[in-house]
Amino acid sequence: MNWLLDLTPDEWNAVRLSIKVATVAMVASLPPGILIALVLARGQFWGKALLNGLVHLPLILPPVVIGYLLLLSFGRRGPVGAFLAERFGIVFSFRWTGAALACAVMGFPLMVRAIRLSIEAVDRRIEAAAGTLGANPLWVFGTITLPLILPGLITGAILSFAKAMGEFGATITFVSNIPNETQTLPSAIYTFTQVPGGDAGALRLTLISIAISMAALVASEVLARRVGRRMDIE
Amino acid sequence: MTVVVDIRHRLGDFEVDACFESAGRLTALFGPSGSGKTTLINMIAGLIRPDKGRIEADGRVLVDTDAGLFVPKHKRRIGMVFQDARLFPHMSVASNLRYGRWFTPSAERYADIDAVVDLLGIGPLLDRRPASLSGGEKQRVAIGRALLASPKLLLMDEPLASLDDARKAEILPYIERLRDETKIPIVYVSHSISEVARLASDVVVLAQGKVAACGPTGAIMQRPDLLPAEERGEGGAVLDAAVLRHDDVFGMTVLGSVAGEIRVPLLAVPVGAPMRIRIRARDVMIATEQPRGLSALNILPGTILTIAPGEGPAVEIGIDCNGATVLARITEQSRQTLKLRLGREVYAVVKTVSFDRRI
Repeated sequence: MNWLLDLTPDEWNAVRLSIKVATVAMVASLPPGILIALVLARGQFWGKALLNGLVHLPLILPPVVIGYLLLLSFGRRGPVGAFLAERFGIVFSFRWTGAALACAVMGFPLMVRAIRLSIEAVDRRIEAAAGTLGANPLWVFGTITLPLILPGLITGAILSFAKAMGEFGATITFVSNIPNETQTLPSAIYTFTQVPGGDAGALRLTLISIAISMAALVASEVLARRVGRRMDIE
Repeated sequence: MTVVVDIRHRLGDFEVDACFESAGRLTALFGPSGSGKTTLINMIAGLIRPDKGRIEADGRVLVDTDAGLFVPKHKRRIGMVFQDARLFPHMSVASNLRYGRWFTPSAERYADIDAVVDLLGIGPLLDRRPASLSGGEKQRVAIGRALLASPKLLLMDEPLASLDDARKAEILPYIERLRDETKIPIVYVSHSISEVARLASDVVVLAQGKVAACGPTGAIMQRPDLLPAEERGEGGAVLDAAVLRHDDVFGMTVLGSVAGEIRVPLLAVPVGAPMRIRIRARDVMIATEQPRGLSALNILPGTILTIAPGEGPAVEIGIDCNGATVLARITEQSRQTLKLRLGREVYAVVKTVSFDRRI
């Protein structure tokens, strides 16, 4: 059993980095995720189908393509990347922030889908009732809509987190596989499989990866059920 | 407080073109389904923007399409009770009740939470969740929620329509207390004559999106031509009365009205309480002399004021009983046999048991 918990510093770093990258990706994509889901669920405008397609692109394109597109736009010489580096000193290429960006993009359609479905399930007549009680649209969103879509938010966030934990193709294409900086769990596992005698390490990280993902899934189930029960019959 | 509505609005093939003004304590928007009542009340609440027109409440212009003015619903201070309650499912009853208070400037808060909870009898429900309430309880909480936002006007959109008779009977007294004990004017949408007769001070009758008539409840209820066909049999006189005494031996309550004493099945209300009664025209017989040997207990003397043709073989006879008009529906044959004409002194006869238990 000892070999299982006896991780090398590099392996620990990969675990820590993966959790950090996945958490940042999940938290950072929540606000735009809610916004886009809201627009897709309720908006009536020209180009809605286009926006919907754009959001879903990471789901249907090969991850390598997404990684390469990110490299082109957010790389040091890419238009967005150069602008952000000059103006705000934010650098994505070959940094853990880039890994988080790649993971966020890849998990975005899953998150938007879950949130959008829950927004569509909200009874708008209840929101209208809140309006007649004096709440302006922003308050209605904060006190009625947001609490009612909480289960969908949790599901969307966990899906995004789980996707980030497993993201490999886009990440390795965009930010490469640098230990301690961009080497997340999947990259580390991949590296172990490429060297002789790496089997034990690969297996260790695989088991850890499974454990983290399962824990996230169970946590989301418990949370969503607790929130859901609060709203139904006690 | 007056409400002035003058709007035109198109919804597909249906057009609402209504103009009325009301200053009553409880104004009923009355008409069959599809007559545009809910559309109108939604416009007053700000849930629908009319194509054209003007809405005013308490001297404040809420909508004026000519001036491009539209006050959004959250700035109107108009409470609304919906047919389907629409409580917030993620909040307790107490939080639902308090919701509107957050948005009411403290200087304009007149509704007291304890008083409202007491008025509606919802004290035991405060810690419950909406999902665990019965239909009647939900509706009472919804009324309380609207009241606690301290509205300047309260709108009620068929608040009883989705409830069974027992639940309706449970809520009606609370709406009466609301009308009599608070100072908030109420606009009440309904398609039920019994609700309107019992609750309303004024009635706006709607048909196919237009105002067919508008006036005090007593006057409107006597015009069967204004009532929807399926409810025409429910039309009749509406009298204000008070409980004089209870007759426990025979299980009756004696009411005093200007027309005279009226005996109805026993009511669970205290002596002296005001009571509004509806005497359906089809329940009234006419006698040309003081009847003897008749089982009916209510015999009201009066003179014939109006004779109007009714549906089929019927004529509608209005009898002035000491200032109150009682409506009788009899056949044309009876009218001719009895030689009834305007100004003739007659007796209106009503059986005690013809009154509904809840009147």
